Amino acid sequence: MDSVALFVTCLVDQLYPRVGEAAVELLEQAGCRVEFPSRQTCCGQPLANMGHAAQASSLMRRFVEIFERYPAVVTPSGSCASMTRGLALELFEHEPEWRSRLAGLGERTFELSEFLAARDFRPRRRFEGRVAYHPSCHLLRELHVDGAPRELLARVEGLELVELDDGERCCGFGGAFSVKLPALSAAIMEDKLDALERSGADFVTAADVGCLMHLGGALTRRGSRVRTLHIAELLAGTGEPRRAM
Amino acid sequence: MDATPNRFAEQAARALADEKLQSALALACERLCEQRARAFAQFPEGDALRDRARRIKRETLADLDGQLELLSRRVEERGGVVHWAADAHQARQIILGIVRGCGGRRVVKGKSMTSEEIGLNAALSDAGIEAVETDLGEYIVQLAGETPSHIIVPAIHKTVGDVAELFRREHGETHGADHGSLTQEARERLREKFLSADVGITGVNFAVAQTGSVAIVENEGNIRLCTSLPRCHIALMGMEKVIPDLPALSVFLRILARSATGQKMSSYVSLLTGPRRDDEEDGPEQFHLVVLDNGRSRLLADPVLREALACIRCGACLNACPVYRHAGGHAYGWVYPGPIGSVIDPSLLGPGRARPLPFASSLCGACRDVCPLRIDLPRLLRAQRERVVAESPSPGARLLAWAYGRVMSSPTGYRLASRAAYWLTRPLARAGRIRRLPGLGGWTRYRDLPAPARQTFRERWERRHG
Repeated sequence: MDSVALFVTCLVDQLYPRVGEAAVELLEQAGCRVEFPSRQTCCGQPLANMGHAAQASSLMRRFVEIFERYPAVVTPSGSCASMTRGLALELFEHEPEWRSRLAGLGERTFELSEFLAARDFRPRRRFEGRVAYHPSCHLLRELHVDGAPRELLARVEGLELVELDDGERCCGFGGAFSVKLPALSAAIMEDKLDALERSGADFVTAADVGCLMHLGGALTRRGSRVRTLHIAELLAGTGEPRRAM
Repeated sequence: MDATPNRFAEQAARALADEKLQSALALACERLCEQRARAFAQFPEGDALRDRARRIKRETLADLDGQLELLSRRVEERGGVVHWAADAHQARQIILGIVRGCGGRRVVKGKSMTSEEIGLNAALSDAGIEAVETDLGEYIVQLAGETPSHIIVPAIHKTVGDVAELFRREHGETHGADHGSLTQEARERLREKFLSADVGITGVNFAVAQTGSVAIVENEGNIRLCTSLPRCHIALMGMEKVIPDLPALSVFLRILARSATGQKMSSYVSLLTGPRRDDEEDGPEQFHLVVLDNGRSRLLADPVLREALACIRCGACLNACPVYRHAGGHAYGWVYPGPIGSVIDPSLLGPGRARPLPFASSLCGACRDVCPLRIDLPRLLRAQRERVVAESPSPGARLLAWAYGRVMSSPTGYRLASRAAYWLTRPLARAGRIRRLPGLGGWTRYRDLPAPARQTFRERWERRHG
């Protein structure tokens, strides 16, 4: 049985533990033995994105030390996967040893849907509903992963995929951007919410809880009937649709 | 109060409140993006050309001094005069000197963002010289007493109705309120200015070192008039606009118009080499090339940010940027808006003068996908954020980052912080949601925040696995 380490990410750990549990269930269904390195915290992306490279690189070193002993690392986040796989390399421009250790780890780090699709995963449970897939920016434009999550969703019995107008456009979350420039973030989000409601979707799903937290918080505020579910919950059939993101 | 980059958030809020502006921007950006996408879809060699363009720029920037020296020598061999301006002030002085030297009273200008960058119009008008913008969009903006809000579509923020009203107010009687009549009206006004102008001032899209030529692209023909009717032509260029030779020019020309407007080629491409020669019938008696630094050396000296000097100012990153689409160009408070502006403005303006701009991005990467030079704009934005944070006099952000780093470096610190977040927000949570959170008020103004889980994933995992 293949052993994989789960990098659960801060947001999932703190806010959406059920997404982490769904990820574990899916990985086990896919024939993996899941390990959870208990010293893991944050990969440092918020710091790197906000211009604090020194602090970010020290968290990234720590991340490498914790995870490099595992044959594979899987995370239910396109954004956090993209940090390890590419973004963080620029932090070690002048530290070739760390750079190559990180690059080595990056080759074995996968976003969950990408990992499952590569193992030809077949979802076991049905899911009734019209689902819009929101490609999160880092998964789509940093990792260039788009086919994998769509393929997996298409394999779920009962699930009808609907397309969004301008589907590849950012939802306006952007991590700290949503806190630093909230009005702009919300204006960009409104475009996405309108597209969602136009699409006739019952659910919106993505491979990043950040986007879903942002969209879901506004959908409940709007009183919209569209609900958010992380792709792991949807594939595992463990979502609690009544409790929105 | 004048717009300034340091008040980006306020200025963007004003733009967000302007419904007409929001719909004008959305429509125009959408159309430009679609046109660009269509043009590249029908242009299979586009990707290879983009790679070539990127390589040419990288090599040229690595030998910028050499290329500029060659350019200068070739321009002078063809009878032109080259001037070097270290900053905006010097550039204005040089240009004023040239205009006065040839007894110039009226100047016609072709659209040039570099001339906006140095504040040339105000300097000319203070010196009693009339300067008329002749690009239709820029003419509109000048007539309205505004500045361009887009690199290639200066009046992108205006609707046809706005322009009709402006013309009625400024021109008196008008021909009509549709696109055609308004254009005709501007054309008639401009014709007399062209015929009576002493000096034409334009920007430069590419300066070809090997031949000493400047290449200028446009769609209206006004620049051709600016460069051929007046007795003196002044071309103003940022020092990064030099390219090695004509084969390189052909690479750039094929991707510039496609990226900017989705055209295969712009309607006019002028390749100008020195002033009129004895055996020629038209062209200016004098040709001056002003090469501007104005902070570009700061970019050049930075191993990461240097990449931004590859920009050919097509504006594609603005059109694709979700932030630009809502904030509009004026919110950025200076001449270059959008993702590329957010990268270069802080360096061109100098420390402390454009602090918020690099943060005006969700780092979604749509800009990089459309950049014809494949400039890694998200990376440059992160790098510029780092520079801005390091130079910032207030230690707040650095302290916060330090504290975050400390907490996240220790599993115990992480657990304690996580439980503190749970207990502190518990009184505010209803049905798992927080509607208002002090300190994150901006977030909760627009959306609910999920309450931290009673049991984190790791606690659940530990319970299950002992």
